[in-house]
Amino acid sequence: MAFWIASSPHNHQQNETSSLMRLVIYATIPGIFAQWYFFGWGNLIHISLAVAAAIIAEFTVLSLRNKKITPQLFDGSAILTAVLLGISLPALAPWWISVIGSVFAIALVKQLYGGLGHNPFNPAMAAYVMLLISFPLQMTQWQPPLSLLAMDIQLTDTLAVIFSGYTPQGYSVEQIRTHIDGFTMATPLDTVKTNMTLGLTVVESMQAPTIGKHFGVGWEWINAGFLLGGLFLLSKKAIPWSTPVSFLLSLFVCSFIAFMISPDSNASTMFHWFTGATMLGAFFILTDPVSGATSVKGRLVFGALAGLLVFLIRKFGGYPDAVAFAVLLCNMSAPLIDQYTRPRTYGHDLGVKK
Amino acid sequence: MESVIERIKRGSFSQFHGGIHPPEQKFLTCSKPIASAQIPEQLIIPIRQHIGQAGNVMVKVGDKVLKGQILSDCDSPMSVPIHAPTSGTITAIKSMAIPHPSGLSEACIILTPDGEDTWKQRHICPDFHSLSKTQILEKIANAGISGMGGAGFPTQVKVSTLAKIDYLIINAAECEPYITADDLLLQEHSPTILDGIKILDHLLTPKNILIGIEENKTKAISALKKATADIDHIDVCVIPTKYPSGGEKQLIQILTGQEVPSGVLPSSLGIVMQNVATCFAIADAVINDTPLIKRVVTVSGQALEKPQNIWALIGTPVGFLTDQCGYKNSQNRHLIMGGPMMGFSLPHDQVPVIKTTNCILAPSEIEIASPFSSTSSKEVECIRCGQCADVCPAQLLPQELLWSAKAKDQAQLAKLNLFDCIECGACAYVCPSQIPLVHYYRVAKAEIRQQKLLDIKAEKAKVRFEARKQRLEREKVARVEKHKKAAEARKARMNTDTSAAKSEKSAVADALARVKAKKAQASLKQNTAEGSVTSTVEMTAESVVPVAPVDESKSQVANAIARAKAKKIAQKNQAQIESLDTLQNNESLSSSQAAPVVIDKKAKVDVAIAKAKANENKPQAETISDSPNAQVDATTKALPLEIVNLASDSDDKATQALNKKAKVAAAIAKAKAKAKAKTAANLAAETSFDRAEPSTTPANIDVMQDSNTAAQADIAATKKARVAAVVAKAKAKKLAASSNKSTTSE
Repeated sequence: MAFWIASSPHNHQQNETSSLMRLVIYATIPGIFAQWYFFGWGNLIHISLAVAAAIIAEFTVLSLRNKKITPQLFDGSAILTAVLLGISLPALAPWWISVIGSVFAIALVKQLYGGLGHNPFNPAMAAYVMLLISFPLQMTQWQPPLSLLAMDIQLTDTLAVIFSGYTPQGYSVEQIRTHIDGFTMATPLDTVKTNMTLGLTVVESMQAPTIGKHFGVGWEWINAGFLLGGLFLLSKKAIPWSTPVSFLLSLFVCSFIAFMISPDSNASTMFHWFTGATMLGAFFILTDPVSGATSVKGRLVFGALAGLLVFLIRKFGGYPDAVAFAVLLCNMSAPLIDQYTRPRTYGHDLGVKK
Repeated sequence: MESVIERIKRGSFSQFHGGIHPPEQKFLTCSKPIASAQIPEQLIIPIRQHIGQAGNVMVKVGDKVLKGQILSDCDSPMSVPIHAPTSGTITAIKSMAIPHPSGLSEACIILTPDGEDTWKQRHICPDFHSLSKTQILEKIANAGISGMGGAGFPTQVKVSTLAKIDYLIINAAECEPYITADDLLLQEHSPTILDGIKILDHLLTPKNILIGIEENKTKAISALKKATADIDHIDVCVIPTKYPSGGEKQLIQILTGQEVPSGVLPSSLGIVMQNVATCFAIADAVINDTPLIKRVVTVSGQALEKPQNIWALIGTPVGFLTDQCGYKNSQNRHLIMGGPMMGFSLPHDQVPVIKTTNCILAPSEIEIASPFSSTSSKEVECIRCGQCADVCPAQLLPQELLWSAKAKDQAQLAKLNLFDCIECGACAYVCPSQIPLVHYYRVAKAEIRQQKLLDIKAEKAKVRFEARKQRLEREKVARVEKHKKAAEARKARMNTDTSAAKSEKSAVADALARVKAKKAQASLKQNTAEGSVTSTVEMTAESVVPVAPVDESKSQVANAIARAKAKKIAQKNQAQIESLDTLQNNESLSSSQAAPVVIDKKAKVDVAIAKAKANENKPQAETISDSPNAQVDATTKALPLEIVNLASDSDDKATQALNKKAKVAAAIAKAKAKAKAKTAANLAAETSFDRAEPSTTPANIDVMQDSNTAAQADIAATKKARVAAVVAKAKAKKLAASSNKSTTSE
């Protein structure tokens, strides 16, 4: 009579990595919806392209590495990476941008380091930075919100632009981006940065049409969408609270100090929070467990460092947004942070009590 | 500042780090009464059921024992006796599978019950206050009580602590899912448990007694509160339900807010903890004189028809209990001893219940489909989510421990405090990658323990080696010292004027005289010998005949010298005559000439030598004219020829015994010839015929001549002649070698 031998504990929370990943993917839906609402089909097309490329890349590398394909291919981690990459690309970037980025993220950043759990960098952000540095033109052609466009862009137009570079009517990306008044529109962060070099104050920059009433037409809602998704994840305990909280607080404090010192040359705290990739970074990128710090203390340090870096790069760096760079720099420092934030083990270092 | 007691009375408790809330599943058994004990057909009683040493078995096979009779006694404090759970016969004492994660076997006493359940004589003691503390301790020790919560620490060691005790904590937390044994015991026997607590109070005189119990045991709490209502310094502390609050260190932290320093017993903080079941056993032992022979076991799980708590005799096979509860036969049977978090799988159902067994779990396949079993492992890579670190009650970093354990980095494991892991399983429970973390830690711990043992062994060996070295050194010094002293003593004695000293002196003088005489003789000998003969020849002759009697040595030397002289002359004479013949047809000639003459072994040897020489010459001669390749051919041809010759020789004239010897000689000769051929081949290119001839012939002729003389000598002289032949051979070789050398240099 065969008895089943197993090691304790014998019961287990029915909780799997794949379900965790799925939950995070679901949580991006509000943000993606806002993106679609304000910027059209571009990002959805890029997300699907990236996901397809990621699955193919993952399948290829896994079979080359002689790994079990089905469980690892559908653990959701590759799909999540692709979704995050697709979200962060400019809506009208050519199709090969997302394909190259996705393949780079999966094959090089993730699998070459040993696959899930072994990559020192966040694959989506590493791919984003690679694309930004390799294809600066395509990666900075941000599409303005639909409401500000001179022409109406439909799904077919977007598809045509992404795959051929021109709409069926023959407009190029550059022409699409041009305002009725004849000037090219950029993202709110870009606008503020450019205006600063032109000698305009922040208050004057806020008059720009891309910024609208608050912090940027569309962008504020996208960030709000990701914030909502993030709060959902927090409520499900899928992500730890420490990283986003410390990141947002750190960004808030830094921008607040800067704003207090010089309100004319520094954007407000809420502008920092609700433009660019702040909320996406806070809840979806920095909380990537693989490339982040592991202890609570470590995560607080990790988030705070990311917030500081985002502010510094936005303020002083050459690029308008900074989340990707900040995340990569933090990824590098994560092992060190872990090393110095080990919790005190029960019964150790009791100090005077001992 | 608010005191601990005030805080507890207010109902506020400290918290330990982490912890989890697995499904409790206690409803399966918590409302059914404890079933009474039944006697199985056979009891398997392991001799060691606790932490510490096993006792000495006091019974032998065939003995009839009474219920409660002692089976093994204890001679050290860390050993605990065992008792017969019922009356019957000892049928065997053998190695059986014990309830242990390893599934290993250990010595067990097999008791076949007689069914009568006859008690030994007991002395009921209604008032334990009439006993002295030592008597109570003795009773506890003799009753074989060890901690019944899980670890099985000998109770009398714990309660005989000399430390001043502030808190006696009674552990009724029972945080593991499924288990309700302590719960039921409290519900049904709280007065007895209270008696046990009172005995402990009497022994330890703690300031406060805290009973820690999780809030999910409402009936037990009310029973306890009722029982302790009129006792002031006993507090029933109802703590929040969270696994593993029943861990000793965790419960201490919850109740007192203190952490037990790593590697230290709680008694150093003035805290002693006892399980409720242990309290019950103490009361039973002290008051009713009943040793620990039965306990409450929760038999639970959805594979059972009637999960319930059962009074089980120690030694009852698990299968007997599961049958009692209606175990459904399924394909994949899985029995767990202990709870689902810390219990271990059983290899079969004949494993006995022991003093620490609080639960037998028979889960259905859906209920606990262990993700960590070898067959259905769904383990994937760690994604560093850190959930394990969040739930770890010891505040360890399970994911970092895992990496170090996988890398076998023992130094890092020690740095991460692996040995503070209590193996509660919380980390593995929450792990989304389904990594059996605890299993990795167990393996790593075992490896470290193994390594430590090896280190200790190596250290001991080193010490031993060093000690030996020192001893040898000492002995050497002592020996030198002793010799020195002896010499001094001798000197001193000789210098004195006694008769003994004189005799000793004369003995020394005698010895000196003898040496002198010898020396004189030697010089005389040299004078008589011819001036031309070198001392080396003499030396050889002497060394060749060491067995010869001393008085004969002179004539022997003379003989040798004469022989050497004769050889030299013969050399000169025959060198010119025979050199050509030997070179061309040496082999056949020597064998045909020698064959008729040969009668004895010696002659055979000589033939061989001659042959060898011929062989030696032949290839040499050939090499001179031929290329190296052709030379090799010639050698290979020459060898078979020689063998044929030898064979005919032996067949015709020699006996079988001789044949053998001859063959050996031939082999030696062949080997020699080969070696020579090789050197010759090397030389071939430079050596001219003229120069090679004189160099080889003297040796050859020498041997021929020697063999002739030897053959003509009488039988009594054979031995000598043989020796001479050997000497001659050696000389010939030397000559050949030197001549070869000279030719090369030329």
